[in-house]
Amino acid sequence: MTKIQSHLVVLIAGDSGDGIQLLGSQLIRAAAQSGQDVRTLSDFPAEIRAPQGTVSGVSGFQFQMASEAIFDPGDAADVMVAFNVAGWMKHQGKLKAGGLLLASTDGFDARSKAIAGLPADAEPLADAHSRFQVLEVDFKKLTGEALKDSPLSGKEKSRAKNMTILGLLTWLYSQSAPAMEADLKRQFAGDLGEANILAFRAGYHLGETAEWTAFRREVPQRKAQPGTYKTISGSHAIALGLAAVARQLGRSVLYAGYPITPASDILHELARLRPDGVLPFQAEDEIASVTAALGASFAGSLGATASSGPGISLKGEGLGLAVMMELPLIVINVQRGGPSTGLPTKMEQSDLFQAMYGRHGEAPMPIMAIKRTGEAMFDMVLAAKMAVESMTPVMVLSDAYIANSAEPFRLPDLAGLPQITPPHADVQRLPYARDEHGVRPWITPGTPEGMHRLGGLETEANTGHVSYDAANHQQMIRERAKKVQAVTRFYGPLSVEVGAPTGDLLVVGWGSTYGALRTAVEALRDAGHAVTHVHLKHLFPLHPDLFSFMEGFSQIVVAELNEGQLIHVLRSQTTRELVFLGQTSGQPFGALEVQQRLAQHLSDA
Amino acid sequence: MKSGKDFLSDQEVRWCPGCGDYSVLKQFTEVLAQMDADPANTVVVSGIGCASRLPYYVNAYGMHSLHGRAPAVATGIKLANPSLDVWIITGDGDALSIGGNHLIHALRRNVGVPILLFNNEIYGLTKGQYSPTSRAGAISKSTPLGSIDHPVNPQTLALGAGATFLARSMDRHPAHLREMMTRAKAHGGSALLEIYQNCNVFHDGAFEAFTDKKTQSDHAIFLEHGQPITFGVDHDKALWLDGQTVRIVSTMERPLSECWIHDETDAMKGFALARMTGEVRPFGVLYREDRPIFEAQVHAAHAQTRSLEEVLALGRTWTVE
Repeated sequence: MTKIQSHLVVLIAGDSGDGIQLLGSQLIRAAAQSGQDVRTLSDFPAEIRAPQGTVSGVSGFQFQMASEAIFDPGDAADVMVAFNVAGWMKHQGKLKAGGLLLASTDGFDARSKAIAGLPADAEPLADAHSRFQVLEVDFKKLTGEALKDSPLSGKEKSRAKNMTILGLLTWLYSQSAPAMEADLKRQFAGDLGEANILAFRAGYHLGETAEWTAFRREVPQRKAQPGTYKTISGSHAIALGLAAVARQLGRSVLYAGYPITPASDILHELARLRPDGVLPFQAEDEIASVTAALGASFAGSLGATASSGPGISLKGEGLGLAVMMELPLIVINVQRGGPSTGLPTKMEQSDLFQAMYGRHGEAPMPIMAIKRTGEAMFDMVLAAKMAVESMTPVMVLSDAYIANSAEPFRLPDLAGLPQITPPHADVQRLPYARDEHGVRPWITPGTPEGMHRLGGLETEANTGHVSYDAANHQQMIRERAKKVQAVTRFYGPLSVEVGAPTGDLLVVGWGSTYGALRTAVEALRDAGHAVTHVHLKHLFPLHPDLFSFMEGFSQIVVAELNEGQLIHVLRSQTTRELVFLGQTSGQPFGALEVQQRLAQHLSDA
Repeated sequence: MKSGKDFLSDQEVRWCPGCGDYSVLKQFTEVLAQMDADPANTVVVSGIGCASRLPYYVNAYGMHSLHGRAPAVATGIKLANPSLDVWIITGDGDALSIGGNHLIHALRRNVGVPILLFNNEIYGLTKGQYSPTSRAGAISKSTPLGSIDHPVNPQTLALGAGATFLARSMDRHPAHLREMMTRAKAHGGSALLEIYQNCNVFHDGAFEAFTDKKTQSDHAIFLEHGQPITFGVDHDKALWLDGQTVRIVSTMERPLSECWIHDETDAMKGFALARMTGEVRPFGVLYREDRPIFEAQVHAAHAQTRSLEEVLALGRTWTVE
């Protein structure tokens, strides 16, 4: 009998060349399609092919599937799939006591142990048997046998090992084999496509032949909202968002990027999808990408650019120019571990200070944060609406977690997207005459009688001419700031995720920690605690209701993946006592750990 | 009929009295008038420096952008709206030092933009430091003992970058300057026009040998496509290519038919001309080639796009009833 389980957490670990990420995304797509909710966490080295078989070269893919709505990839794993001993060594602490280890024994041989730095007499699998349930399979051999008649080279055949494992996992977790095969055929053709199917079947049949029914699990379908779905990553969602911006604005978007992990995927997605109205451009450097985007905004398109922290530093001068010229611009920071090159593939929320304070001069701009993949598309439309309708650059903070994690996404009704309306372009009005919201006109080259000059020198109020006048500078500094403050008119209600407007504890977070914080708060509420979770979408200007909402709580915890950046920003504006909960390890919050730390605060109070 | 004055903005021009920039501005606005440019369709983009103030003085759309970044800004403008007539105004520090990267990439992409590079071999706006084109040994505020740096040669740099048009002119030869501006615009792609421009405050007389009427004929060669390369009073001197070596010969001793006939489309000979950085230097179009224009190619490559609905439907989708 297949055992029914409401939540299942699987962690797949192996070499960065083993095709782990592909295997994982195949599985979660199948799970999402069969009606389970899924959340993922990818963890891979910065090197493309890190030294094979080493612990530093381990690539990991964790996912949780559940029969109800979930928000995080889960804490401890029910199942771990170890392609090799290095993968096991790196991640064994994440497998629940009594959990299932599926070990590919070809990756546990003497040579593998030596490369992973284990002594020859170490018996990692024997040790594992005492604490976990262990299934041992020589997947390399099994794959080789399945592909003995394939024209592929031996090396190519051995790379199909991930397909064999995919087959077994498909059987173990009660996914549809025909659907999976159809999906594989859609992606791989020719000899490779055939070999993948053969390997997949070998793995799938192994489960039945070996009579491993006791290990089989089924996660029931949940009642999902009717509609058409697909699984999307954060980078894909941002690309969809930029496509939606072009559609809602009725003008083109120039997306100018320069290769940098983990922001590059946005450029890849736009180049691959080729949506109407979005022109992707790979510039020669980060500075060129922001300045080309600004040039496009001057010319009447909406310029957009993205990078990660180091690249945003390089764009800083351009952002100052955007503030001074008052042109619309979208700047996305897919944050990673810093400073400097830091941890390019890991997640961190340590660029909030950079976004807030990382420019020269008085240069405020609205700052938003994406909290989950599924909302990124709509966040981009909102960011563009604020940028265009307020003639200002807008910074959108994402991070490596959002970029790489996937979730099921219900295709939206496009009629529900807000229209983006450019400010007036009346050439009879002066280029820097402001409307009731402090917004100047957007008169673009090609418009008869609208000729004017923009630049980085201080602009004279109304005319836009160069001005070194002291009073004018003071006036313009304040007018630009006031205009940015006025973007709160675009805000929805304060994002209260779970909980009542009053209680013992308020948890305030931002960005991709949403899932872990929400899961933790829900668990505490289930245990009877009066806890509320607010997740900030707008980091500058802050939501006008935030500080009054705090009044309803006796304790406030600010949770973020840095050494205390949002909490610093909040403390500069309130005298309320705020408690910091954070880490800067390059790893996401674990929901369980957050729950325990919050529970500690509640019991200390 | 438009005149140059129609292309002057209402802003007071604030260069030092006697600056070569005045002539360049005058020739530029006259060229715009001659080509019957539409001010509303004209965009003048600059970086930072004395030369880069020029857009403020031109009755057109303009952007005085960041130091060195004008080529990137202009690339964005042309990608957004290829039908605009965009000009880049830059200087030696702006284009060749802080903005060197953007210059080489604009040139090799062949973005449809003439680039007017005002070369005065000095940083003027920051009050007199040596620039990347300053000659070795140049005494400046930052090099009181003489500069050590080997100067960059804008022409060979451009050719190395894959530029499709290289030309040189000077502030003090208005007719030639106007002709070169006109040709740079007519080229269609990225056209580098280096303009020897005198900074009479910090580096006066840097190009006097080439610009002074008394010495010009012996130092400045004015190139004409298909014509022998001659110079000197009464054109008594010519260039002769002795194998790959450029030699100056007397036209008395060697018939013109044996001398170097200028061919603007010959890259090897263009390189030889570009390398002439001594007392005799060529002016005019050193080299040109036809190559598809960047922004047109980008738009052609992206002609086939998908609606948002189609993009959303890509990949594996499923429906929940």
